[in-house]
Amino acid sequence: MSDVDHVRPEFRILPDPSMESGAFWAGGADGQLLIHHCNACGKFFHPPAPACFRCRSTDVGPQPVSGRATVATYTINRHQWFPGFPPPYVLAYVELAEQPDVRLTTNIVGCAVEDVHIGQEVEVMFEQWDDVWLPLFTPVAP
Amino acid sequence: MTERVEQRAIISGIGISRIGRKTGLAGITLTAEASRQAIADAGLTPTDIDGIATIGDTPLDEVVADLGLDVGYTGGGFDTGGLLSPLMSAFVAVGSGRARHVLVYRTVLMMAGTIEAPPSDRDPDDESLWGVMGDMGPLLACHAYSAANWIGMQATRYMHLYGSTKEQLGWLAVNSRRNAALNPLAIYQEPMTIDDYMAARMISTPIGLYDCDVPVDGSIAIVVSAADHEPDCPNPAVRVASIGGSPSLGGWVDRPDYPAMAASDAAAQLWAGTDVRPGDVDIAEIYDGFTFLTFAWLEALGLCGRGEAGPFIEGATRIALDGQLPVNTYGGQLSAGRMHGYWVIHEAVLQLRGHAGPRQVAHPPEVAVTAAGGGPIAGAILLTR
Repeated sequence: MSDVDHVRPEFRILPDPSMESGAFWAGGADGQLLIHHCNACGKFFHPPAPACFRCRSTDVGPQPVSGRATVATYTINRHQWFPGFPPPYVLAYVELAEQPDVRLTTNIVGCAVEDVHIGQEVEVMFEQWDDVWLPLFTPVAP
Repeated sequence: MTERVEQRAIISGIGISRIGRKTGLAGITLTAEASRQAIADAGLTPTDIDGIATIGDTPLDEVVADLGLDVGYTGGGFDTGGLLSPLMSAFVAVGSGRARHVLVYRTVLMMAGTIEAPPSDRDPDDESLWGVMGDMGPLLACHAYSAANWIGMQATRYMHLYGSTKEQLGWLAVNSRRNAALNPLAIYQEPMTIDDYMAARMISTPIGLYDCDVPVDGSIAIVVSAADHEPDCPNPAVRVASIGGSPSLGGWVDRPDYPAMAASDAAAQLWAGTDVRPGDVDIAEIYDGFTFLTFAWLEALGLCGRGEAGPFIEGATRIALDGQLPVNTYGGQLSAGRMHGYWVIHEAVLQLRGHAGPRQVAHPPEVAVTAAGGGPIAGAILLTR
């Protein structure tokens, strides 16, 4: 369990879901992290695109993954850029448990910022903004 | 090696405007200042200029009107060479005979390009901050607004892989400040120690205040001429040995070789175009919008080994004016000011000419490598005497 409650910020600049990325941003409605998968070569890829960058197959589409990931890198932001989201907060790239070369940009929440580290195991949670469910990650209970 | 089209170009003139913080001066004022200086420096008058290129900010047509130019070639925008694309397009234009003397300029204003906070009562149909492309969407959604955040993540990964330290980043800033003390145009000239650097407030780990460059108002202009103008140049002409850029694939996050950057692509192109080798480089004028970017470039360019930039820079002796590879001899964007990739060119030309005054490196350099950009944006130019 997380040892610090996640406080929802006052605002976020939301992404503009496209034909390809729509499922990724909406999957949280069903509690699912949906990542584009190539049915020809069997690999996941991100960001979502109409063709697999490895084998060029267009037989691709979103598939649910476990939501488990590892922190690949992070930064503790200490500067207040805008009102409404006071520092400190943690930005991170996480690598999916299913396939580490799939990286997501996210915030690590639910723990003290000083506790975040490379290699840390985390799991997805969603923060809803209108029709966007933003995937955030929180440490897995030891 | 077969001659490449850019090798038929020379840099014949350089100019730099007043550089200051929140000067209130218009972009066109600064641009005209730098441009008139560069044109005269090339031994030319505005009527000789038949091409113009820039990346933006101060529009081409304002400059054409102000200087009374008659141009048949315009170049610029963002291309394979990132920030240096306009300069590269000028090399190719004169090398291929489309133009004879191209004026290239970069003008920056401190207040340009800032993002406004979305008002709380924002109209949901207002798309002014929506529809951001590529990996910017997720970055902004996570409140990663600044390159300090993106590069902070890159640097954290790099330091984890290679054991580099925050102090090592700091020695680059200390070196730059020492050089800036010899540059009357530099914004920050007072001494700075490694302790001053370490004590500065944190922005986004490991990027602190003195890892960030200094926003300024200013303009730098470069005149690119056909090589046969050289005998008429009042100042020593500087030759273009090679250029390199990147297709920028993978954005900030999705390169398979992360935390390497587009700088790797640009460096590979640069060295593929010339018989000059990294060991021949006498001085390096390298982009330092953030300290870490210089580390990435030094390694990408093969000026030190992969993961070795930290020890290479530590102590700021190898990279000092009298070191084995002087780096950012004008004070860098970190201390002189953020001229967005163009002060490195201006300084390389001054050093190669032997005209850098109190900061002239001891042995007149023959080969200068210049580079600009970070993340997916990268351009590098090899200049020789």
